[in-house]
Amino acid sequence: MIALLVRDLRLAVRAGGGFGLGLAFFLIVVVLVPFGVGPETGLLARIAPGILWLGALLACLLSLDRIFALDWEDGSLDLIATSPLPMEGVVSIKALAHWLTTGLPLVIATPLFGLLMSLPQAGYGPLVLSLLIGTPALSVIGTFGAALTVGLKRGGLLLSLLVLPLYVPTLIFGAETARRGAEGLDTATPMLMLAGISFGVTALLPFASAAVLRVNLR
Amino acid sequence: MELEVRNLSVSRGGVPVLEGLSFRLAPGRALILRGPNGIGKTTLLRTVAGLQPPLSGEVGLDREAMAYAAHADGIKATLTVAENLSFWAQVFGTGDITPAIDGFALDELRNRPAGGLSAGQKRRLGLARLLVTGRPVWVLDEPTVSLDVDAVAMFGAAVRRHLATGGMALIATHIDLGLDEAEVMDVGPFKAKPPKVEDFDEVFL
Repeated sequence: MIALLVRDLRLAVRAGGGFGLGLAFFLIVVVLVPFGVGPETGLLARIAPGILWLGALLACLLSLDRIFALDWEDGSLDLIATSPLPMEGVVSIKALAHWLTTGLPLVIATPLFGLLMSLPQAGYGPLVLSLLIGTPALSVIGTFGAALTVGLKRGGLLLSLLVLPLYVPTLIFGAETARRGAEGLDTATPMLMLAGISFGVTALLPFASAAVLRVNLR
Repeated sequence: MELEVRNLSVSRGGVPVLEGLSFRLAPGRALILRGPNGIGKTTLLRTVAGLQPPLSGEVGLDREAMAYAAHADGIKATLTVAENLSFWAQVFGTGDITPAIDGFALDELRNRPAGGLSAGQKRRLGLARLLVTGRPVWVLDEPTVSLDVDAVAMFGAAVRRHLATGGMALIATHIDLGLDEAEVMDVGPFKAKPPKVEDFDEVFL
C-alpha cells in the first residue's frame, strides 16, 4: 500500500506527472476573475469565497482522469488487480495520492490566492479550513468517477458529467462555510455538514469504486 | 498444490469464446497453449488469473497463486528499472530484486529510466517482474514478443528454474521456447459454438 502511494507521488512529481496542473489552473482562474468582473474591491470581496471554492473544484476535476487512465494504458492496473493488494485499498490510496498532489497544494496556496481576490481578513481561517475538510471529498468522489470511466477512450467528458452533480453538495457547504467566515458569521453548521460529507464518502465510496473497477477490468 | 481447470467456459464481452476446457498442471510442469489469433487464449489466461469470472466451470487454484503477465508490461516510463522492480517487489512482499535483475541481465540498465529502454529491454523488465512476485503459477500471454534469440533463451532458462523449484507455467505463445518438456495444448477444438437463438425477438431484448 505504502509502496503504491510512494510510486504515485514519485510519478506525479517527475516529468510529465502533472503535479502543478491543478495549481496552475487555480492560479489562472483567480488571476483572471478580477479582469472579468472588474477591479472593484467590494464586489471581489463578496464573490471571493465562491470563486475560490469553484476554482479549487475545477482544478481538482482537471486531473481526475489521470488517476486510473495512465495505469490502465500501460497495463499496471491489470497487474495491480492480480497482486495481493485489496482493490478497496488500492482506490483509497489512489484517492489519497490525488489529494496529496492536487488538493493539499490548493489548500496551502489558497491564502495567497485569497489576497489576489481581496478576501476579507476574517475569511482566511474558515476558507482554508473548509478547503482542508472539503477537498478530500472531491478526490474520493473523483476517484469513483475515474473508476467508472476507466478504459473509455477520451472518457474525460463523461467523467466530468458524472462527477459534477456529485460535487454539488460539497461545493454548496464548502462555499457557504467560506462565505459565512468572510462575513463574520457562525460557520459551525455548514462546516459540520461538509465534514459529514467528507467522512461519509471516504468511508463508503471506496467500496463502490473497487466494485466498478473490478467490473471494468473484465 | 496443483492447478486443475475443470470444464471451463470463458466469454469476451458477453460472447462465449471457448468452452469445455479441462486440464491439469502439476508442480514443475509447463503447459503451452496454441491456437489461431482471436480464438480466446488471452481471455482464457485472464480468466485463469482471476481478472474475469468464468462463464461456467472452475479454476482449481486461488487467484493469489497466480502471477500474470500480458502484452502490456505495466512499466512506468519515468521510473528507473530498479524502481519499477522494487515497486512490484514491495507490492508482492518479496523485497529482493537482485535475482530478477540477474535473471534477465538488467544490471547495466539498472538506473536507466524505463522510458528509454528498447521494446525488447522493456519486455525483459516486464518478465523480470515475474521473479519478484514469488508466486507458484506463471500465467503468461505471448511472453516473447519483441525478444531476440538470446533473450528468448534467457526467458526459457528463467521458466526452467521456476519449474525446478516446483512452480508451474501456463504460456500462450506461437514460437518455440525451447521448453521440450512442456506439454502443448491446442485450444482450437474448444471453440464455443455460436449461441443458439430460440426466439428471434430475444436478440433485441
